[in-house]
Amino acid sequence: MTPHMLTRSLDRGAAIFLTIVAACGILIPLSNLLLPEGSALQVPTYLVALWGKYVCYAILALSIDLIWGYCGILSLGHGAFFALGGYAMGMYLMRQIGTRGVYGNPVLPDFMVFLNWQKLPWYWYGFDMFWFAALMVLIVPGLLAFCFGWLAFRSRVTGVYLSIITQAMTYALLLAFFRNDFGFGGNNGLTDFKDILGFNVQAEGTRAALFALSCLALIASFLICRSVVSSKLGKVLIAIRDAESRSRFLGYRVESYKLFVFTLSACMAGVAGALYVPQVGIINPSEFAPGNSIEAVIWVAVGGRGTLVGAALGAIVVNYAKTFFTSGVLAPYWLFMLGALFILVTLLLPKGIVGTFNAWREASRERRPAAASAAAEDGVNEPKMAEERS
Amino acid sequence: MNVMDTRATSAMLYLDGVHVSFDGFHAINNLSLTLEPGEMRAIIGPNGAGKTTMMDIITGKTKPDEGTVLFDGVTDLTRLDETRIAELGIGRKFQKPTVFESQTVQDNLLLALNVDHSVRGTLFWRGSKAESERIDKVLETIRLTDARNRLAGSLSHGQKQWLEIGMLLAQDPKLLLVDEPVAGMTDVETHLTAELLKEINQTHTVMVVEHDMTFVRELGVKVTCLHEGAVLAEGTIDQVSSNERVIEVYLGR
Repeated sequence: MTPHMLTRSLDRGAAIFLTIVAACGILIPLSNLLLPEGSALQVPTYLVALWGKYVCYAILALSIDLIWGYCGILSLGHGAFFALGGYAMGMYLMRQIGTRGVYGNPVLPDFMVFLNWQKLPWYWYGFDMFWFAALMVLIVPGLLAFCFGWLAFRSRVTGVYLSIITQAMTYALLLAFFRNDFGFGGNNGLTDFKDILGFNVQAEGTRAALFALSCLALIASFLICRSVVSSKLGKVLIAIRDAESRSRFLGYRVESYKLFVFTLSACMAGVAGALYVPQVGIINPSEFAPGNSIEAVIWVAVGGRGTLVGAALGAIVVNYAKTFFTSGVLAPYWLFMLGALFILVTLLLPKGIVGTFNAWREASRERRPAAASAAAEDGVNEPKMAEERS
Repeated sequence: MNVMDTRATSAMLYLDGVHVSFDGFHAINNLSLTLEPGEMRAIIGPNGAGKTTMMDIITGKTKPDEGTVLFDGVTDLTRLDETRIAELGIGRKFQKPTVFESQTVQDNLLLALNVDHSVRGTLFWRGSKAESERIDKVLETIRLTDARNRLAGSLSHGQKQWLEIGMLLAQDPKLLLVDEPVAGMTDVETHLTAELLKEINQTHTVMVVEHDMTFVRELGVKVTCLHEGAVLAEGTIDQVSSNERVIEVYLGR
């Protein structure tokens, strides 16, 4: 993206958001590492890991908002791309264990030895190299999204039908990954990780670094999404969302646009998953559960669809609430509360937190005395036009 | 109508022996029609005469069961999809105004401009002076210059109709298909729309589907009356409206 596109895309809300994420990304790891343990301002390591998880969820939420909020593609299977990115990272981490596993096999991960496998399956080749795994984090979800999208969008599968087949996709992957002979650790998934790039994944320093990296990835994802939605392509996406066949009659190849944005979104979800796995220390098939994907859509709805900042905020708020409520006496009722939250937001805040706030701010701006209306409005509009032309 | 055969190659739009049926219902039945370059044609006909279906066929939304549909004398439209046909230069205004409601008037026109419509082209798009001048010009033509920064959804019904015509102008197609442009408009708006279409016709070939006879009369162009998916009568508005079969069809048999 060109710098021009970035400057055009930054408004005040985005600037505040980026500042907060950057500040958290720097201050939280520093406080964790430099301040003495037990000090009031010291962030304990368990919280760094927990918040790191939220940041990964925020990236997933952004990726969903990009396709749902701006292009009207409601994917109820985005957790699959997240999990695939996670598995790619998990495979790298498994290969790093080497002889430190329970069975001490230098090549085969423990679960393969346990299953009496003699040699590494071909699809595990290359995952001992970080660069290869990092590439797969992008390519595997991206390729799946591309193939899936190519078939679905070209056949003009839209709306609820698309949502249903995305659910089927993630459910099919869930079942496949549960199988032991599929070669990804079956039910238990991949765990017992030791190091990442030579650093101990359990060490405080590594955790702090992973947190900072997740914040960086969130910032990068946000900037990418902003550049996309504030480009002319973003306008085309909104046009497709609001009147798909009209866009076709204007000469836009709708399926190409959908395919582009769906694939981009899947790659972002993959990165989120890859950052998530070393921080939580495990990846297993339950990440493919259809419920996870639906929950992620709820984050976006709560925060505000089509606002980007709202998606990230929604992910953090809902997950904070989840942590808070599932660790107390209310634990058994969490799912009911989540359902109620979704219904309440749909009924009372259909634009989500950020969307409602924006609408309220706009309304209050309009309510201000129309004193210098005509003259001032021209004054306001003129430079804006000039800017767009430049 | 042997005129058709001789001019088939020079016609902007040429339909011959087109049939379409939906579940046994013959929506279009041996329809033949030609439009010369630079012509404006009004299409009238009672409900269910196949007017909108004909537009669907021309724009690639519906595939005919049989028949020839040639654009510009050479291109077989029955083999192409909507996007490709739009790229070739056929623009369409829908019966119900469909503009992009959550975007500004100006952005609606920007989206309609016939510039690079590829994913890459729009992702790295940077506005040019020529583009914004074209938008300014269209805004002036459709009398929406003052509303340029308003959301299209907040426009009145008549303004939306004009915006959609403006989008057609921005698209600058060789052939404009305009479906019921004055439906729901006031008399003044109807009159202005007729003026607008005449102005557009100076540089474009236009096909207008309309029920409003005063409007058709005001356009003062050749009229084709469709009935049960075929051409019933063709000629000036006076000829067509005095045709006994047309009267029969319109007033009931």
